[in-house]
Amino acid sequence: MSGESNRLTDGGRIDRTRRLSFRFDNKTMYGYQGDTLASALLANGVRLVGRSFKYHRPRGLMAAGGEEPNGLVRLRQGGRAEPNVRATEIILYDGLVAESQNRWPSLEFDLGALNDRLSPLFPAGFYYKTFMWPASMWPRYEAVIRRMAGLGKAATSADPDRYEKQYAHCDVLVVGAGPSGLAAALAAKRTGARVILADEGAEFGGALLGNGQQIDGRPAIAWVAGIEAELAGAENVRLLPRTVVTGYYDHNALVMLERVADHLLQPGPGQPRQRLWQVRAKQVVLATGALERPLVLANNDRPGVMGAAAVQTYINRYGVRPGRRAVLFTNNDGAYPVALDLARAGVAVAAVVDVRARAPIGWRGDLDRLGIELMADRAVLGVVGRKAVTGVQIGKLNEAGNAVVPGLSRHIDCDLLCLSGGWSPTLHLLSQAGTSLQWDARQGCFLPGKARQAVRVVGAANADFRLQDCLNLGADAGNAAANDAGRRRRGRGPHKPLADVEPALTPPRPIWSIPGTGKGGGKAFVDFQSDVTADDLRLAAREGYRSIEHVKRYTTVGMGTDQGRTANINALGIVAEALDVTVPQVGHTTFRPPFSPVAFGALAGGQTGPLLDPVRRTPMHGWHQDHGAVFEPVGQWLRPYSYPKAGEAMAAAVDRETLAVRTSLGLMDASTLGKIDIRGPDAAEFLNRIYTNGWKGLAVGGCRYGLMLGEDGMIFDDGVTVRLGEDHFHMTTTTGNAAPVLDWLESWLQTEWPELSVYCTSCTEQWAVAALCGPNARRLLAELCPDWDLSAEAFPHMTWQTVAMGEVAAGLEARIFRIGFTGELSFEINVPAGHGPALWAALMAAGEKYAITPFGTEAMHVLRAEVGFIMVGQETDGTTTPDDLGLGRMVSRKKEFLGKRSLFRRDTMRQGRPQLVGLLTDDPGHRVPEGAQLIAGADPAPPQRGLGHVTSSYHSPNLGRTFALALLQGGRARQGETIHIAYDGRAVPATVTGPRFLDPGARAK
Amino acid sequence: MTSLRHQPLAHLALAARREPPVADAGVTLRALPYRPSIILRGESGDAGFVAAFRAGMGFELPLDPNRISSHDGVTALWLGPSEWLILGAMGPAGQGRLATALTGHHHAIINNGDGQQIIALSGPRARDVLGKLCPLDLESPDLAPGHCARSILARCSILLHPQPDGAYHIHVGRSFADYAWRLLADAGLTYGVAVASGD
Repeated sequence: MSGESNRLTDGGRIDRTRRLSFRFDNKTMYGYQGDTLASALLANGVRLVGRSFKYHRPRGLMAAGGEEPNGLVRLRQGGRAEPNVRATEIILYDGLVAESQNRWPSLEFDLGALNDRLSPLFPAGFYYKTFMWPASMWPRYEAVIRRMAGLGKAATSADPDRYEKQYAHCDVLVVGAGPSGLAAALAAKRTGARVILADEGAEFGGALLGNGQQIDGRPAIAWVAGIEAELAGAENVRLLPRTVVTGYYDHNALVMLERVADHLLQPGPGQPRQRLWQVRAKQVVLATGALERPLVLANNDRPGVMGAAAVQTYINRYGVRPGRRAVLFTNNDGAYPVALDLARAGVAVAAVVDVRARAPIGWRGDLDRLGIELMADRAVLGVVGRKAVTGVQIGKLNEAGNAVVPGLSRHIDCDLLCLSGGWSPTLHLLSQAGTSLQWDARQGCFLPGKARQAVRVVGAANADFRLQDCLNLGADAGNAAANDAGRRRRGRGPHKPLADVEPALTPPRPIWSIPGTGKGGGKAFVDFQSDVTADDLRLAAREGYRSIEHVKRYTTVGMGTDQGRTANINALGIVAEALDVTVPQVGHTTFRPPFSPVAFGALAGGQTGPLLDPVRRTPMHGWHQDHGAVFEPVGQWLRPYSYPKAGEAMAAAVDRETLAVRTSLGLMDASTLGKIDIRGPDAAEFLNRIYTNGWKGLAVGGCRYGLMLGEDGMIFDDGVTVRLGEDHFHMTTTTGNAAPVLDWLESWLQTEWPELSVYCTSCTEQWAVAALCGPNARRLLAELCPDWDLSAEAFPHMTWQTVAMGEVAAGLEARIFRIGFTGELSFEINVPAGHGPALWAALMAAGEKYAITPFGTEAMHVLRAEVGFIMVGQETDGTTTPDDLGLGRMVSRKKEFLGKRSLFRRDTMRQGRPQLVGLLTDDPGHRVPEGAQLIAGADPAPPQRGLGHVTSSYHSPNLGRTFALALLQGGRARQGETIHIAYDGRAVPATVTGPRFLDPGARAK
Repeated sequence: MTSLRHQPLAHLALAARREPPVADAGVTLRALPYRPSIILRGESGDAGFVAAFRAGMGFELPLDPNRISSHDGVTALWLGPSEWLILGAMGPAGQGRLATALTGHHHAIINNGDGQQIIALSGPRARDVLGKLCPLDLESPDLAPGHCARSILARCSILLHPQPDGAYHIHVGRSFADYAWRLLADAGLTYGVAVASGD
């Protein structure tokens, strides 16, 4: 293995002036610009690229594209490392580092290969049969199995690269830029349609890149270049190379992964590594080509066994000779041109073995001229060699193809076996799009059925294997798709290029497995990535599996990262034979997205870290930040939890804030409360139906607390709504329910009560709200509004006024609500959001003499719980009625409202429902956790009958002790009793009290 | 009073950040200053309401979905069959004039200038950058200048207002302004982002 021993002296689409160095398994090698890692490895004579999944068998490259099952490597290092990347899809760049996977200690000497020797112990379903007993041992088995069987290791550090998403819309999306796709894209482009052409390869041309065909009398690749230039110059066309379409969803929504910088050492500044496209296409043209199947025969996984078309691609596209002496084995015409290309590249072609009784005559002359032996009606029965092919055993099959005719066996030495088992149209995306696939017994493959979406399938994907058909039908499809998208070309029809005449096709002979030479002949692999053999499938059939979906899960056939691209059809054929039914009777497994693996990074795109989800900031957020606030998320909002001073413990800070409100003055940012402007002649009637209490009697200038129920009678939301005018209200909701409440109101107005003339419009963002609370609140506000009478008589509790504030408050005009949530004298001051910071600053500055204290959500919670105010979401959990919380007086008996009927169900009226109570632990310093269960006795040992749970639990500096609110079954009748709060294996005794611990009395008036 | 008005993105100190030079950047971001605006509610099908608006404002309210009409510095953007954004000249005097004109017709006027931030996204790659975050078909004739659309920017609601010069005015709720700005600034990194200040 010295240097590029297998590189041809000329030819290929590589740039021989740009030599690239790379490392594979710590060995430095060289390749050229235009190589893939796979072609460069082959050029360097590397045959062994990995160990197989289960048996750790030595494996080499089999394919040249995305169907490669063996050549999975770990690419790059550190945070950029990516496991299980197909070497055939890695575009070589200078400095590339990759290593092989699933081997220890080294690829050449792998201890796991013992599994292969022990393989009689590992039949299909081995894990299910062996490790199921005793069940308790499974975690230990699993740890060992995971280590031995598996793929590459993920990176353990953060990925430093950017990923992004992009939305796109087009008239025609063409998937695949082979001859059919290019012809389709060109025809569509010429109608003026918006076209996207995506191809997973680095270069456009598809099969033409590797097979040396001619179009219009020139090498086809020149035709490709001409088309590409025309498309690239068009404003209505977006060309996306290195872009694989991974998902095809309803309404022609497709997802594509563009490998923007995977072919570079690292992305440029600002450049994403990958981009996930979400495309909405009016029309789709699938030109996804076809995949060549291997033939299933003994030891068909030895390094040196490759797909015939892959070999042709390595020779013609990469200038690489994958072997020195080749045998080709085929059941169709596909191998013949490969034999000729091999010979021209200087590879000795020992034989073309054709399993068909009649070999195609069209190729015979060329073979004879090159002195290549054609062995018709013969089969390769098995491969000789372990870490590399050293020869093949050839014999004759009986007519049925299920037994070897004795006595005609022959050995041929070779180091390369090219297999062509027929072609499977690549219909994964079509299947994802909901189109059923139709079995074609003559060609031995699935064809597109009737499309359910606006999609056309052309070229080899439609089993049109002749180049001229691809060009013609591709152009027709592109043109028709554009027409259906509303775009029409004026003038003559699209130009149809002329391909060289190809020999007439001789039908293939579908054959799903080649019978072995008898015992010990070696494993015949169907799924190389999942290590599933023909015998495994037959065993599953013998064990009673009939559904292909069950066979798949039992044997794991088709469950690798390649989704069984080369395995599925052979597996279906083998299972059908074993069950003695036809392939359509077996059916096929469901194709699901993604067609090709997609990294989580690409799915996340740019929405990671701080951009994962919106963080909503109140107008005063900056002030809070500057003054040491510790924030807590409330929905998407960030609210100050508390403002601890330097060196102050959090609990002490909350106590300080709580005390300040009761003793002097506190200020809280209440801007996050939902606010809805409700206006119209029927506004009062509307609120009357929404809330449990009455609204028609509320005077203009008044405020009222309301409860909203769901149709189930359970509390949904609460808040104060104020009457701005005869037909005009301003509703407030809890912070988290702002949007759901508006949706709720709209849904009733639009679907059930269209006769009501009411508009509901969110104005949450428009207002900044500062809640000024405490015994000194009026005194301070009076200083700020010197011309205003704020006395309890002029401005009573539960009213609002528009107040012109004085100079100290910069002359702001405010809507002031005399409401509060702390039980203390409170003014909620609403100003347009932009004025929030100025208002806040004015209050803080003027309030200094009252030691005004900004307080956060935790102090607010303590204050409201001290006076027994409930919090929706804390005291309620969607199963709580107003009466459960002692709010029965809020429920009108006189009128109808949403949820009323449910309050008269047997369950909502029964005795013993959980009811809101207060709890005082015997130990006044003991703060129990919220959510802790209530039990009767002092012994916490299970089983227990739960009596309810703690809904809120705090330390109160005003009470000088802890206290809690709880929902306790029949709680209102149990005041004075002792119950126990169970958590962490303890039972904490507590006395049941009323849910109100403190009464500010007259000072709140 | 205007000096008192705090801009939603003031904390980003955008005026101080002006790199790279605008000429090299694929996109330019600009936080537009406060502009008085209202949400107007009323029925498209109420001829009296529509006529009263015309009489009061001197131009037609757009009644077709996603259309815009303008007159004398005031722009009306269609948000729904009973909802418009009226942008510009909607201070107390303008509002008073409109309210007077609409007296007697079922309607609502809701101030929203303080609750919104408009971010202008311009530059040769503006559409590509917006296309990373907004799922609408930005090339559609339905989004040509003269149209507007409500949509999303990643995970927040926006009103999209394409401008005649190819720029986009993106209206976001005030509390989302920081998120929206950071999203756009991040998305623009691929092509280079310049920050402009003022109008």
